[in-house]
Amino acid sequence: MKEQVQEELQEQAQEQAQAEVKGEEAPAAPKKENPFVVGAKKLFQAGIPRASLFDYESAPPTEEELKENILIVNHLKKYFPVETNLIGQPIRYLKAVDDVSLRIPYGKTLGVVGESGCGKTTLGRTLLGLYDKTAGEVYFDGKDITKYGDRQMNTIRKDMQVIFQDPYSSLSPRFTVGGIIGEGVAVHKIVPHKEIKDYVVNLMERCGLQPQYYERYPYEFSGGQRQRICIARALAVKPKFVVCDEPVSALDVSIQAQILNLLRELQKEMQLAYMFISHDLSVVQHVSDDVGVMYLGSMVECGSTERIFNNPMHPYTKSLLSAVPVPDPRSKRERIILQGSIPSPANPPSGCRFHTRCPECMEICKTQTPVYREYEAGHSCACHLYPQE
Amino acid sequence: MFKYIVKRILISIIVIFGVTFITYALFRLMPDSYVYTKFAAQSATNPNWQEQAARVEHLYGLDLDVFAGYFHWLGSALQGDFGYSFIDGASVTEKIKDSLPISFIMSLIVTVLQIGIALPLGIKAAVNQYGPTDYITTVFTMLGISLPSFFFSGIVIKVFAVDLGWFDASLGLQSSNFIGSGWDLFWNQAWHLVLPIFVSTVLSLGGLMRYTRTNMLEVLNADYIRTARAKGVKRRSIIYKHAFKNTAIPLVTMFSGILAGLFCGSMIIEQIFGIQGIGYQSYVATTQGDIPFVMAYNTFIAVLTVLGIFLSDILYAIVDPRVKLGN
Amino acid sequence: MENKEMGISEDSENTKPVLSEGETAETASAETVPAEAVSAEAETSAETEDLSERVKILSPARLVLKRFFRSKLSVIGLVTLLVLYLVCFIGPLFSDMSYDTVDLNGGENTQSTTITYTVDGEDYTMYDITYTASINRNAYPSAQHWLGTDENGRDVLIRVLYGGQISLTIGIVVVVLETIVGVILGGLAGYFGKWVDQIIMRIVDIFYCIPQMPILLICSAILQANEVNGIARIYWLCLVLVFFGWSGTARLVRGQILSLREQEFMLAERSMGVPARRKIFLHLIPNVLPLLIVQMTLGLGGIILTESTLSYLGLGVPIPYATWGNIIQALRDFNTLQYHFHIWGPPGICIMLAVLSFNFVGDGLRDAFDPKMKK
Repeated sequence: MKEQVQEELQEQAQEQAQAEVKGEEAPAAPKKENPFVVGAKKLFQAGIPRASLFDYESAPPTEEELKENILIVNHLKKYFPVETNLIGQPIRYLKAVDDVSLRIPYGKTLGVVGESGCGKTTLGRTLLGLYDKTAGEVYFDGKDITKYGDRQMNTIRKDMQVIFQDPYSSLSPRFTVGGIIGEGVAVHKIVPHKEIKDYVVNLMERCGLQPQYYERYPYEFSGGQRQRICIARALAVKPKFVVCDEPVSALDVSIQAQILNLLRELQKEMQLAYMFISHDLSVVQHVSDDVGVMYLGSMVECGSTERIFNNPMHPYTKSLLSAVPVPDPRSKRERIILQGSIPSPANPPSGCRFHTRCPECMEICKTQTPVYREYEAGHSCACHLYPQE
Repeated sequence: MFKYIVKRILISIIVIFGVTFITYALFRLMPDSYVYTKFAAQSATNPNWQEQAARVEHLYGLDLDVFAGYFHWLGSALQGDFGYSFIDGASVTEKIKDSLPISFIMSLIVTVLQIGIALPLGIKAAVNQYGPTDYITTVFTMLGISLPSFFFSGIVIKVFAVDLGWFDASLGLQSSNFIGSGWDLFWNQAWHLVLPIFVSTVLSLGGLMRYTRTNMLEVLNADYIRTARAKGVKRRSIIYKHAFKNTAIPLVTMFSGILAGLFCGSMIIEQIFGIQGIGYQSYVATTQGDIPFVMAYNTFIAVLTVLGIFLSDILYAIVDPRVKLGN
Repeated sequence: MENKEMGISEDSENTKPVLSEGETAETASAETVPAEAVSAEAETSAETEDLSERVKILSPARLVLKRFFRSKLSVIGLVTLLVLYLVCFIGPLFSDMSYDTVDLNGGENTQSTTITYTVDGEDYTMYDITYTASINRNAYPSAQHWLGTDENGRDVLIRVLYGGQISLTIGIVVVVLETIVGVILGGLAGYFGKWVDQIIMRIVDIFYCIPQMPILLICSAILQANEVNGIARIYWLCLVLVFFGWSGTARLVRGQILSLREQEFMLAERSMGVPARRKIFLHLIPNVLPLLIVQMTLGLGGIILTESTLSYLGLGVPIPYATWGNIIQALRDFNTLQYHFHIWGPPGICIMLAVLSFNFVGDGLRDAFDPKMKK
């Protein structure tokens, strides 16, 4: 968590440095205050009141919605305190996930795309309860799990699993493959104790791992095989919903296709719902039923895959799509190239967060935050280009 | 960064309070007071010794309980008043000032020698990993760390001073029958410092050498060194330009130890070689319950240690562009 | 690749290849499976099973041992330590002398006093002659006393052996206690974080900045002044060493746990809903253990040195108990320093051997646990 924050802060610093080199610093800097005074002032600054984090209105989902969707997320926020005053109250936040709402129907896949550092991973981890959420509501499998504590979460953990991006650090080096996959099975008593080995071996074969790997250790495996182990581990507890956090981005292309196909087969077989996080649009198009586009911690557009790819609304989505390579040498498309890089979530731009890089930026974008609303059935967007009310 | 510094300073202050309080509280655990013992010795000539002893105790807050006594000491210490030694009545600050230079000179020479010898050895060992050079330097420097200082001093004195007679076996800072001044005195004293400096240097080589070797190995195995090798950069240039520069960064952390080490002297070696530096004084003071001197000495060392750590952290951030403070 | 076993263990040294090295990892792991295996994999399952029996799988613990025994210095250190322990604990059993047995066969000593007085103008001289069986002091090595005797006529070899018992035992006791305290406090700080961490780490900072030697001297002086003597003094000495020594371990454990908590496999455990106790004992502790073992081994040498220094200064283990440090105390006497190396030499060499061996073993273990360093 801290690493992430730091990375993002560093990015911010780099940008500032770049901006200074280019002489782009917009308002001439006011006379520099003594840094010690600034530091001391910060120590005594009033903290941000907690109540301000809950400034949203939301109605609980209807019975019908609960039945249709395995996961409903309303106004989810995950802020990391960046600076604190003397008594430890946060005075500045890094808004890694800011007011994200989404829903995933049973057995379907929601793809989440965005540049690196936009909060995709944090979103996935927060809605699984791996990070404590700052605000927002989460309904899972018909239950309101918003206020679940660690112990209560443990009772529903087996229904929601995660496959991590890095197949190297996500396997405990001191466990055998069988031990890693079987741990959850044993903890949640998925099958009787005696049958665990058979069950795990069976699953390993299903995931393309040979049974004799059971007693081996992760260090003996390559990235692709490790990712299969991760998949087997996640599926061993018979989950209903799996967050796939860039499961293929650490693998080379030939292995990527194998893993994606494996995930799809398993989905059909076990009626899984996926949230598929990726920065690779073609991968997302391949696997998703719906696609959400994230920018700087918030969802800018969300809709069915077909609509997003054929009829994108938000300028950011358009620019992302224009960057996807098309396997046709004659096709001539207009590439929308974004200027600069993603601003820091610790210090986001005012108004619409995308306005600093938006090719269609208007005056209003700089001051007012656009409303995220549904324009057509299942297609929502947050942009001033479209009617706000 | 600045908030970080403010935070660090606050923590440092807490640490120094903690260290001084623990030292003070330990002293107060002593069953009988040195002051009374000392005045009792004069009871024959001094009829009202008890009254005087009580007065001295009161003056130093020794009649108060531990907390009150500590704040009493703290109050005077903050005003720069560390009191007078219970042993000889000399001002503690004067005493430290008098005994510090000789210890400092010794430590400085040792530090320079240590760096001058251990760094090249560490680099050599790392470059020839698992070669004979590596094994020999490793074994010898490890021997240095493993030798008890008093035992090694004993051997050195026996061999060089007694058996070979190269040095004055009566030890001390200068020959006992020496009369003279100027350069004669200087050379006489310098000659007496050779053995203790030799002993300290040998004992201190190991740590730095191992540290250099480990860091150098880590750097030598990095991809950019392999790249440099692949590009055909000269071996010398790889080792000294590419690798050593990056090895130097973690070495900066050694700075924290060196700063305090320069000023605290060595209790054992100074005592064995009869050199009345600050280490020797603090040994005598500690064993004799000289509260004012030991409190001052320990505070001094603690401040230097804290300062050393602080400076090395900041230095680290300056030297290594990747490090960001405050997180 | 010399044999199959080696092949696999060699590869483990690439345990954590960088992400961008995906390809290298791929090829490396392909190498781990011996040539026959690759072809066999494609064939029937009966054959693959057969193969899996032939390819020996090394658990991480066995890999570490393998790597450890590859380093000559570490093995030499280990053997030296075993010999030291065995000799110190078994050796004295073969002798009827104890650490405080005084040899009274120093030959007869004649002491005569003459008193001359005059009575009635005649001189009388009175001879007062006493014969005493004297103590065999500072004897040179002989068949009876292999290392001679000390200034009190006690056998040096026996004292060195008994001294070894105490020095080596103190070392282990202190290190084990230190580690327990360090793991508990460091673990609490690392696992709970927040204010628990703040408080514990400030205490650690304070203990880290206390000048060690002066403070130990003060404690010893207090023990002496309070007339804590005999065995009790040794126990107290251990406690004092632990009290001022745990902070390094706590710092280490905390750092490890903090970095482990950020590892994705710990997040995976969390998402699996693994109970906290299982997480701590099956995942956190086994991962901290290697570093702890290294720290303990290296720490043992340091504690033996510290104890011997205190004993040398007469502030450690009290006389008549023997430890290596207080035997060396003899060299404070100039005559002994000059002519009786057989008294203070052997314990010094023992200290050196013990510390050196602990350092070698510790280094070997560190290299074995951390394959990154070895290439």
